[in-house]
Amino acid sequence: MATTETMTLNMGPQHPSTHGVLRLVLELDGEVIVKVTPHIGFLHRGVEKLAEHRTYHQILPLTDRLDYLAPMSNNLGYILAVEKLMAVEVPERAETIRIIMAELTRLESHLVWLACHALDIGAMTVFIYAFRERETVMETYELISGARMTSNFFRVGGLSQDVPEEFVKKVSDFIDSMPGYLDQYEGLLTTNPIWLKRTIGNGVISADDAIDYGITGPALRGSGVDWDLRRDNSYSGYDKYQFKVPVGENCDTFDRYKVRLVEMREACKIVRQALDKLKPGPVLADCPQVCYPPKENVYNSIEGLIHHFKIASEGFYAPEGEVYQGVEAPKGELGFYLVSDGGNKPERMRIRPPSFVNLQAIEKMSVGSMIADLVAVIGTLDIVLGEIDR
Amino acid sequence: MAENNRAVLKLKEKFTTSIIDVVEFRGEVTVTVAKDAIIEILSFLKQSLQYNLLTDLTAVDYLGKKEERFMMVYLLYSIPNKDRLRIKTPVAEADCRIPTASTVWRTANWLEREVYDLFGITFDGHPDLRRILMTDDWVGHPLRKDYPLQGPDREPYKGRLS
Repeated sequence: MATTETMTLNMGPQHPSTHGVLRLVLELDGEVIVKVTPHIGFLHRGVEKLAEHRTYHQILPLTDRLDYLAPMSNNLGYILAVEKLMAVEVPERAETIRIIMAELTRLESHLVWLACHALDIGAMTVFIYAFRERETVMETYELISGARMTSNFFRVGGLSQDVPEEFVKKVSDFIDSMPGYLDQYEGLLTTNPIWLKRTIGNGVISADDAIDYGITGPALRGSGVDWDLRRDNSYSGYDKYQFKVPVGENCDTFDRYKVRLVEMREACKIVRQALDKLKPGPVLADCPQVCYPPKENVYNSIEGLIHHFKIASEGFYAPEGEVYQGVEAPKGELGFYLVSDGGNKPERMRIRPPSFVNLQAIEKMSVGSMIADLVAVIGTLDIVLGEIDR
Repeated sequence: MAENNRAVLKLKEKFTTSIIDVVEFRGEVTVTVAKDAIIEILSFLKQSLQYNLLTDLTAVDYLGKKEERFMMVYLLYSIPNKDRLRIKTPVAEADCRIPTASTVWRTANWLEREVYDLFGITFDGHPDLRRILMTDDWVGHPLRKDYPLQGPDREPYKGRLS
């Protein structure tokens, strides 16, 4: 009598469709997946440990390097947590610029997702197009912070500096042209028979299962749960903006694709509203215990120099207590949990990484499907290993 | 205000003896409970009070600062009610174990593996308790306060760190 045996196959950590250094050990019955065991940690840098040894201002550059496809979203989450701990009020202009950058970051992250997801399933043209638009966001990053990825632009209490004059025009032009580009991508994909065959019915996870697995962000909304932190637990002034929260129905890869595309269109609308609101004013809170002094004071007065030295070398002392701040990052709920013992460094900083939690559902979403569909599931989860491994 | 929190009211009514402390800081409510009732309390919060999403699960090491060294932290969120609740429970170093919450939420599986990996707290009844971020043969638990920042067997960094 013939017997069948399952086969174990190693996928990654060096594999083009694993989006970084994800290693999956697959148990296969022919081409059908029986078991998926993810192995992570190849990129572990101990960010949480490092944070315990740095002052609150010094931690900020570490956060750029978590989800390196959405640096400003990470910055925003961390900064808001510290501001909550210190009870600092942020000037309106700074808040508005933060929202513009957070939404551009969402566009950027979703563009990379779309590009890589499409490339993984075999649609190469979209990849080239999406990276063209991403380049504009990178240029905006460079324009305001001097760096393309490691932005480090926000500060506790506001921004490191005001944006240059050409910023508004650059962002405005980009936002105007973006819906046309989105139509272009949709023209290539939404009615493409190959794309539909690869995505419809792939990676199905019901709403209850998704919540049980802790999935957040577009992946959860694709399963029909109408929940967005920006709207439901508003932060950084998002309650002053009108935007729709797209929700899927069929809980599959195609619905998650549609949700993310609508999110990109909504992000453009939020940026437009923010640009209309943008008025001249200070970009840093008047809170000398916490904030860096303006640069002209540092260069021109002894008090300013002493102040700068104090903040740079010693930082500020936070009150005893603990805060959690969650933000709707492009990939889901990104949270920072800070425990302070009254010192100038956090007693503990915990990062709640959306990709880490979302990746856990990969087994649920791919067991029973073909090995080629696993690639689509990895793409649709939109993971970044820098954030998973921290 | 913490006294009027819907969860705090119910918890005080149902688990009077298990509640150690209720704190509100910056609008966030934290309830510290005894370790032996933790799973019962978490299940009650999920089933009866609609805290259906386990946002985060982690630990804090209070070496030399508190009588019981570790503090487990559960961050719950209710999607229907859109509110958060933080449940904490102390874990002593001498008895460094706690029942798993993965029976209540499947999210807890990996989060508990991470706490096991980085803090060395054992989760009783966990389906797959292995290291997750560090390699399988790693010795020690890096997020403990007595674990050196530079790693084991290394000269401490001589430059300025703060």
